[in-house]
Amino acid sequence: MKFINYLEKISGVSIFPIISLVLFTAVFLLVIIYAMKTSRESISEMENIPFDDN
Amino acid sequence: MELEKFSYDNKIPKLFAIATITWGVVGMLVGVLAAFQLAFPVLNFGLEFTTFGRVRPLHTNAVIFAFVGNAIFTAVYYSMPRLLKTPMWSNALSKIHFWGWQLIIVAAAVTLLSGFTTSKEYAELEWPIDIAITLVWVVFGVNMMGTILTRRERHLYVAIWFYLASWVTVALLHVVNSFELPLSALKSYSWYAGVQDALVQWWYGHNAVAFFLTTPFLGMMYYFLPKAANRPIYSYRLSIVHFWSLIFIYIWAGPHHLLYTALPEWAQSLGTTLSLMLLLPSWGGMLNGLFTLRGAWDKVREDPVLKFIVVAVICYGMATFEGPMLSLKNVNAISHYSDWTVAHVHIGALGWNGFLTFGMMYWLIPKMFNTNLYSRKLASTHFLIGTLGIVLYAVPMYWAAFRTYFMMTAFTPEGQLQYQFIDVVQSIVPFYALRAIGGSIYLIGVFLLVYNLVKTAKQGKFVESEEASAAPLTKGYKAPAKAHWHEKIERKPVMLLVLSFIVVGIGGLVEMVPTFLIKENVPTIASVKPYTPLELHGRDIYIREGCNNCHTQMIRPFRYEVARYGEYSKAGESVYDHPHLWGSKRTGPDLARIGGKYPDSWHFNHMLEPTSMAPGSVMPPYPWLFEKTINIGATNSKIHAMRKLGVPYENGYEAEAVNDLKKQAEKITASLEKEKIKIPSDKEIVALIAYLQRLGTDIKAEKTSK
Repeated sequence: MKFINYLEKISGVSIFPIISLVLFTAVFLLVIIYAMKTSRESISEMENIPFDDN
Repeated sequence: MELEKFSYDNKIPKLFAIATITWGVVGMLVGVLAAFQLAFPVLNFGLEFTTFGRVRPLHTNAVIFAFVGNAIFTAVYYSMPRLLKTPMWSNALSKIHFWGWQLIIVAAAVTLLSGFTTSKEYAELEWPIDIAITLVWVVFGVNMMGTILTRRERHLYVAIWFYLASWVTVALLHVVNSFELPLSALKSYSWYAGVQDALVQWWYGHNAVAFFLTTPFLGMMYYFLPKAANRPIYSYRLSIVHFWSLIFIYIWAGPHHLLYTALPEWAQSLGTTLSLMLLLPSWGGMLNGLFTLRGAWDKVREDPVLKFIVVAVICYGMATFEGPMLSLKNVNAISHYSDWTVAHVHIGALGWNGFLTFGMMYWLIPKMFNTNLYSRKLASTHFLIGTLGIVLYAVPMYWAAFRTYFMMTAFTPEGQLQYQFIDVVQSIVPFYALRAIGGSIYLIGVFLLVYNLVKTAKQGKFVESEEASAAPLTKGYKAPAKAHWHEKIERKPVMLLVLSFIVVGIGGLVEMVPTFLIKENVPTIASVKPYTPLELHGRDIYIREGCNNCHTQMIRPFRYEVARYGEYSKAGESVYDHPHLWGSKRTGPDLARIGGKYPDSWHFNHMLEPTSMAPGSVMPPYPWLFEKTINIGATNSKIHAMRKLGVPYENGYEAEAVNDLKKQAEKITASLEKEKIKIPSDKEIVALIAYLQRLGTDIKAEKTSK
């Protein structure tokens, strides 16, 4: 169960966190845009779900 | 549309609530004991089952898995059916979940006090219990998913997203962190070693905080706060944004537990950066909670439930501000290994987890018994006492941490360290006493809660189930034209689960894959060799007695630290440490280079009676190590297991291992005899001395041979 060293050096691997950052930023922006675009009705419906069972 | 009739069960939530409160009292009592043990070591009672090293992990496991765990299940089993307009999918699974979890807790208590431990923080339970946890967790997940898939409310309310994300991430964390090779019924070695093990453990440890102590409680907040305040959450839009950001960012924060250690620099930086970013989604949650009460603060003045919830959310905000600050390397240089970490943990635990649970209970129990709370005044008194307890816990710990830092880093004008470690301990003991009092005060508040809720239950009548009705979901649902993109995910629970899993998976992959697969990250040191058989036994004794709860084995590259402990620790030195023992708190000094510092007789006397070698020490004595014999029969299975995990013992070494062990043991007893100490060479203390004398000596060997 030894770990095989697939790579000798780490230089250049920084592309992975950069991809993650770009991906995260893109998804974050998309989520904000769509959160802002939701209609007031839908929001009101969703936030009242805990009260529906009374 | 025809309405279907069904009912919400209260029996299972009641069981979980009783378990929560019971284990809360037990776990906190153990915590109070542990706290007093540090100030008054006589409270270790001279017994192996009650030493701090075994009591402390019992406390952490009890308050996290027994108290907080049952609180989570109380919240889920009560709120999910009502949010989804359907009963829990399977009553049988609910019962298996409940009883299975309680059995796990009992097994934990028995095994931990008996010394069966992996030493991995918040994952100390040995492999059979790990398997049981996995099975019960799957039962929980199937029950949850079944309920969601048979729901009558199409939209998944935000609390449900948090419950789902918590479930899937805890599953991932537990499975990955628990990769271990069993050698016997109650002993295993971690698959990982050294640096890699440290990273996996703190990826797990921090995310246990995230997805066991935080996200399920955010789900709790999103349900019980609106119910208690009778108004919807401040901003549903904010809850969408902060949910996804939180679960993505949290996973990366693990390395902030390893700053200035031998973890590769790039991983440390990632941990710091993402921990700082984490402040925003965390505060998104806090603000969402607090602003829900805008214009209704007069309600908070009257209602103890709201008082507890508000302070809980404020403590959440405090802890999630402090956390990112502690992730800055310059701050961490002061706080790491100190009582600051302990203070930080307890603001979150006593404030966020404790208070939110109490708020929930004060709201839930009267409701389930169809009556009013027995005494609002008593609940308000509990609130005041609890708050005082939190303050009296945290402030002495902050003071102690700074005092420790200044003393540990002080140099005389001649350039020598001004204080010995024992001087620091002695000056901190009064703060340990104060903290123990703070914790006791908090516990007294909990006793008030128990009394109040028992009286409430007695004056009311338990409502076993509540009737309800709702229309079933129509098949072939078409979203209205204006529905937004995120609503699609809210309607599709399986998609939500899979997406959450992918999102939480990214951080772990980015940090762990390079650490594991790239050679440069763990430089090998030629002179570092595997432990001898005797030293392996000693190491397992060190683990059994929980020495790593007070002693670290990781010297940081600071002048004051190197002056005190020796050359700073390199990643390559712990490659054969399955699991690693870097430690996270220095109640006692670092041991990374203790090897060769003191003669064998010093260790002999110190383990028998610490104050004989270190007057004023708070370390308990370990007399049973001088009675018990080394379990020689286990030697071969230890060697075999270590070889399987990649430690280069020669094939067939088992044939000589026991002989080597005996030879090394006799050397030690011979050197002890020279100092007039007689001990048979098969006693456990000999193994422990061998292990301690080995620590940190490998690289010195390289230096002398050059």
